Amino acid sequence: MILLDKLQSLGHKSLSSVQRLGRGHVFLLKVLPAMEGMLFRPSLLIRQMYSVGVQTLLIIVVAGLFVGMVIALQAYNALVDFGAEDSVSVMVVLSLLRELGPVVTALLFAGRAGSALTAEIGLMKATEQLSGMEMMAVNPIERVIAPRFLAGFISMPLLAAIFSAVGVYGSYLVAVELLGLDAGAFWSQAVAKVDLYHDLGNGMIKSAVFGFVVVWIAVFEGYDCVPTSEGLGRATTRTVVHSSLAVLGLDFVLTALMFNE
Amino acid sequence: MSIRTIEIAVGLFVAAGLAALFMLAMKVSNLANYTGDDGYEISARFDNIGGLKVRSPVAASGVRVGQVVAIAYDSDGYEARVTMSIDPQYDKFPTDTAASVLTSGLLGEQFIGLQPGAEEEFLKAGGEIELTQSALVLEQIIGQFLYSMAEE
Repeated sequence: MILLDKLQSLGHKSLSSVQRLGRGHVFLLKVLPAMEGMLFRPSLLIRQMYSVGVQTLLIIVVAGLFVGMVIALQAYNALVDFGAEDSVSVMVVLSLLRELGPVVTALLFAGRAGSALTAEIGLMKATEQLSGMEMMAVNPIERVIAPRFLAGFISMPLLAAIFSAVGVYGSYLVAVELLGLDAGAFWSQAVAKVDLYHDLGNGMIKSAVFGFVVVWIAVFEGYDCVPTSEGLGRATTRTVVHSSLAVLGLDFVLTALMFNE
Repeated sequence: MSIRTIEIAVGLFVAAGLAALFMLAMKVSNLANYTGDDGYEISARFDNIGGLKVRSPVAASGVRVGQVVAIAYDSDGYEARVTMSIDPQYDKFPTDTAASVLTSGLLGEQFIGLQPGAEEEFLKAGGEIELTQSALVLEQIIGQFLYSMAEE
């Protein structure tokens, strides 16, 4: 009897997670056509770009600076034994452009902007603002969800680019100003080894994919949450956990596709 | 907060993002010396290309003049066929130019070195370099060395 109960709960859990997955995709199919409403109301998008993009900027800049400085120090310590300390910039730039820029930005973005999106939309649902809009014949997906979705999707690659650029300057500070490497060698080594399309282009594709996935999970969790304070808390936690896992998993898949020569 | 401040902040954000992208492209990637696909292609056959890869540099007198665009195995001649794209501004390689697979430094990456010959005619798109020298394979050199040691 206990075995049957366990089996039932296992079946229930798997069915409900498949159901959630399906609801997420149906939700995405509803959001994407609603994007065209953005053309007539750019002010909605700008306001969301402010709360999603501009307000995430500070943590991205600070994190990028320190990540760049730390990799420069570590790379210097590892490479100086081989007399290859001039290659510090290559190691820093490649790891920032290919991996750390997109991935760390996406993780911070999920924590800073994704959780805020879920909480905001979830609270709108809990206080019945979304149903209120429907009563007034305003489509909440077009009015609330689509601007947030698009703002997140646009902001992520920009934030990743800023993260990488600040990181490169942070490593320049450590490598050239602190450790005394040659400034010319720092830049020329990077130019010789970094490819515009293969490294920078693929990194930007990665960050756009991560932005899409993180913001999709964030708005869906908010829209789909149980409209209680407990449900809202759970939805916010799920946003951060699921989107971080999705980013790390997708990163492996994308890296295997892009950089597997 | 007024709409105007928000719009200015968003404008600054987008501009900073694009500037960061531009800085990465100009300062730390090869956009400045990107050769593009407008170079002319010539090919060469090697017995052994060692660790040569697609996008490895092609250099003449140590100056980068192009890059390897394709590597294939020719099962008729049992040779490696390397296609390289040469910058259009370097269009004066004589037809008897020699190509060799070289290594930068002791264990560095491999590249193709071109040594111009003396012919009056120049290589054109689709041309083939006849004189080639294979990569030095460290194992073979060590093997030959040990063999000659044993003979003595």
